[in-house]
Amino acid sequence: MSEMPQLAGSVPEFDSLELRAVVAQRTYAVERSTLVRYAGASGDFNPIHWSDHIATNVGLDSVIAHGMHTMGAATSVVEDWVTDQRAILDSQTRFARPIPVPHDGETSVDVTATVGLLDADKRQARIDLTVVNEGNKVLAKAQVLVQLR
Amino acid sequence: MSINHDYVGREYPRTTAYQVSREKIAEFARSIGSQNPACLSYEAARGFGYPDVVAPTTFAVIIAQRAEAQYIEDPQARVDFSRVVHADERFSYSRPIFAGDNLVTVLHVERIVERGGLAMVTTRCDIYAQGSDADEHVVTVRSTLAVRGEES
Repeated sequence: MSEMPQLAGSVPEFDSLELRAVVAQRTYAVERSTLVRYAGASGDFNPIHWSDHIATNVGLDSVIAHGMHTMGAATSVVEDWVTDQRAILDSQTRFARPIPVPHDGETSVDVTATVGLLDADKRQARIDLTVVNEGNKVLAKAQVLVQLR
Repeated sequence: MSINHDYVGREYPRTTAYQVSREKIAEFARSIGSQNPACLSYEAARGFGYPDVVAPTTFAVIIAQRAEAQYIEDPQARVDFSRVVHADERFSYSRPIFAGDNLVTVLHVERIVERGGLAMVTTRCDIYAQGSDADEHVVTVRSTLAVRGEES
């Protein structure tokens, strides 16, 4: 991160951002097949993400979503907003609560990306992600550091 | 047996290379609902000046988790995976991952902290792209697992 990466013209300009402004929002659905797809794509085959039997054996109420699926889906909202992957410098989160996923039907997740901090010298912004399922914040300190033009 | 603190500070030998493919990037991008065309289309990626399709930020978890398995699946480390919850994750990038990259990983066990019946285990994966001259740092992945004690 010593030098500013070369960025596409579609990357938002630093001067267009205001602190606490919402820059992107997305609502997505999670169903069991979402988790099976993610398991295959990521290589994370932990059975608590597909077997109710094993999930309840370890004390969960039901199958839960992969935390990394949630982080990936939430971070992609920022990726799609900045357009150029070179603008993503850092992404972090704590996994605060699991997302229970019903056997039938789906559950809904709301992602809101807000400007959390601005660094005028580096033309960088910290984008804070609020990720809510059934009224609960499922990620904590979900922050993406982005380079802007 | 509780978790083995002797592993703190351990650095593992460089892994064999993971070769990043277009199809794996596309599969992963679709699985997280990415709408970035440069993850799916070579032409779109070239439009950004990339050498090939680009991976979403969290794609690096595939490579990191393979490296972390060296530690977690070591019986001597005594990480009881049935009692593990993922606590936090962080990706710090020097440059994006592109299809065609051959990525090697150096795994470190950074820290084990026990508190309130939980052992918090933090690993760090330094991931490099193999080059003709030198390896180039691409991303560092930090991951913390919370391991519940046997009586809790």
